[in-house]
Amino acid sequence: MSSVVTSIEGVTSPPTPKIISSTLTAARLGRQYFIDLVFLNTTRLFAFVVLALLLAILVSLLVGSLPAMRAFGFGFLTSTDWDPVQEKFGALVPVFGTLVTSFIALLIGIPVSFGIALFLTELSPPWLKRPLGIAIELLAGIPSIIYGMWGLFVFAPIFADYVQPWLIKYIGPLAIIGPLFSGTPQGIGMLTAGIILAIMVIPFIASVMRDVFELVPPLLKESAYGLGATTWEVVWHVVLPYTKIGVVGGILLGLGRALGETMAVTFVIGNAHQVYTSLLAPGNSIASALANEFTEAVGDLYTAALIELGLLLFLITVIVLALAKLLLLQLAKMEGAQT
Amino acid sequence: MRESKRICRLVALASSLIISVSAFAADITGAGATFPYPIYAKWAEAYKTKTGNELNYQSIGSGGGIKQIQNRTVDFGASDMPMKPEELEKNGLLQFPTVVGGAVPVFNLKGINSGEVRLTGPVLADIYLGKIKKWNDPAIAALNKNLSLPDQDITVVHRSDGSGTTFIWVNYLSKVSPEWKDKVGEGTSVAWPTGVGGKGNEGVASYVQRINGSIGYVEYAYALQNKMSYALVQNRDGYFVSPNIETFKASAAGAQWDKAPGMYLILTDQLGKDAWPISGATFILVYKSQDKPDRVKEVLKFFDWAYAEGDKMAMQLDYVPLPDSVVALIQSSWKNQIKDASGKPVWP
Repeated sequence: MSSVVTSIEGVTSPPTPKIISSTLTAARLGRQYFIDLVFLNTTRLFAFVVLALLLAILVSLLVGSLPAMRAFGFGFLTSTDWDPVQEKFGALVPVFGTLVTSFIALLIGIPVSFGIALFLTELSPPWLKRPLGIAIELLAGIPSIIYGMWGLFVFAPIFADYVQPWLIKYIGPLAIIGPLFSGTPQGIGMLTAGIILAIMVIPFIASVMRDVFELVPPLLKESAYGLGATTWEVVWHVVLPYTKIGVVGGILLGLGRALGETMAVTFVIGNAHQVYTSLLAPGNSIASALANEFTEAVGDLYTAALIELGLLLFLITVIVLALAKLLLLQLAKMEGAQT
Repeated sequence: MRESKRICRLVALASSLIISVSAFAADITGAGATFPYPIYAKWAEAYKTKTGNELNYQSIGSGGGIKQIQNRTVDFGASDMPMKPEELEKNGLLQFPTVVGGAVPVFNLKGINSGEVRLTGPVLADIYLGKIKKWNDPAIAALNKNLSLPDQDITVVHRSDGSGTTFIWVNYLSKVSPEWKDKVGEGTSVAWPTGVGGKGNEGVASYVQRINGSIGYVEYAYALQNKMSYALVQNRDGYFVSPNIETFKASAAGAQWDKAPGMYLILTDQLGKDAWPISGATFILVYKSQDKPDRVKEVLKFFDWAYAEGDKMAMQLDYVPLPDSVVALIQSSWKNQIKDASGKPVWP
């Protein structure tokens, strides 16, 4: 506040003798420098706290999972065992379940979100934009347990009665994808978990996509329209290339939610420590196994195995982020060659 | 500006209220099993109106309860799975049961009503091992000659979280099936050979209610309050019994608590014509040697009051109170085993 006042004074007051003014500026400069320094260090501290937290989490996960690492080594990654009585643990089932359900979620979520964002930014009549946009943001704010309960009590029975019998009857006998859709219609399972996750990630991906689509300069779009491009051509050749970093960012945000989602998945995935080829069969995910078993995990090895699962989830997230960065770099390289 | 000041003042007032309330609460603290939580909460409420003393019980799970009492962060721990006598000895803990409950097999079959299906322990074990896959399997049909069982897949439902109910269930299966004991064993969570897992009693119940041809197990009070279709189970004396307060009592009465060191006794597969074979007690853990004898005395006073006055409340919530002979045994163990720093008994 005071610095603003002095600067105004500096502008309006009549010219002052030279010596005084130079000392004044020096004092002001000194103070300004000090404030800048404080500001820089405070913001830097905040940023580093995140880094320190991340490191602290990593270290505590590593320390906590040491007993399990010693007992099982790399076999932990490839074993499907999960036997609390014999104290034999392996991570393959939950890792597999986490990856498969997240993959299904993105497979459904990305095209739907893209459609939503496209409609909202390019096609929707203006009066519809706001209510639709708000509705999507509201969806993002619903607690995940509500999705889980809705999935179990509403979606799963309908899915079991109407959709799964159809899938089993008509897609089940097919050659390659058939085994993915066989078994008994239970309503719950990997596919249900994937679909619920898709519903949960759509608002995240769609709202990010909409926001970045709106950032495209109208000049670019109108030039393309002026050249006779269709809406689809404008979106595909102008909007998407312009916003690809934001779009990938939105997808990653959704993927992050899908990988770590706990309660909603626990409700509908079936929580079975087995690997089945069928997507209709129950499975387990890392976050769901942690939520289910942590409270009653008796014995050091059991707890350590669960913590190692947490560590694996951490690593999976890091790997996914790294791959996405690589992809973006690759895209940036190809930029010149494309046009 | 004035508005925000007023809000600040309100927040400060509210937080000081909360702090002062929590300082007076927590007269005695306990943590552990979720299964007895409703009755402990009800007892605590009635006890408070009578004596003014509060009990703060956190239902964080049996495993958590054992950890907390070992770290001495609570005055007592609670567990559905009794601690083995040698472990009690190692930790210097005393264990005593409070109420009896148990597991009930529930099913969902179109056209077949509650109490119509008869099962035996070995058949239940084979279903949970995945060896009996259909409802019209000869082993089930032989027990239910008057029922026309459908040619339908059995979907096995179990708990996905660790649970005392699971412990009672698999302990029973281990007792009646050597193959189960060998392949799966017993614990609060096990490596299930087949089936889907639901979180909590409500998770299992909703899976069973939603999946046609499913069988699951839930805590007795839960099955009763939700009017679930249960199956009759053959007990050790060969009778098919239904789960109710009398059969649970019969199971608790037949048990020989005085011959069980450390009160380590699981009430599954007990003798008795009316005994429900899948029952079990829930337990309290306290330290035997006490540096804070006043606090443990408050704990014992609470449970003494609960044994004397709490039976009716327990039965209202469908828990089975312990027989008087067992209570007398528990109180003599308090007297003989819990000592303060100078070695004097804390109770009475």
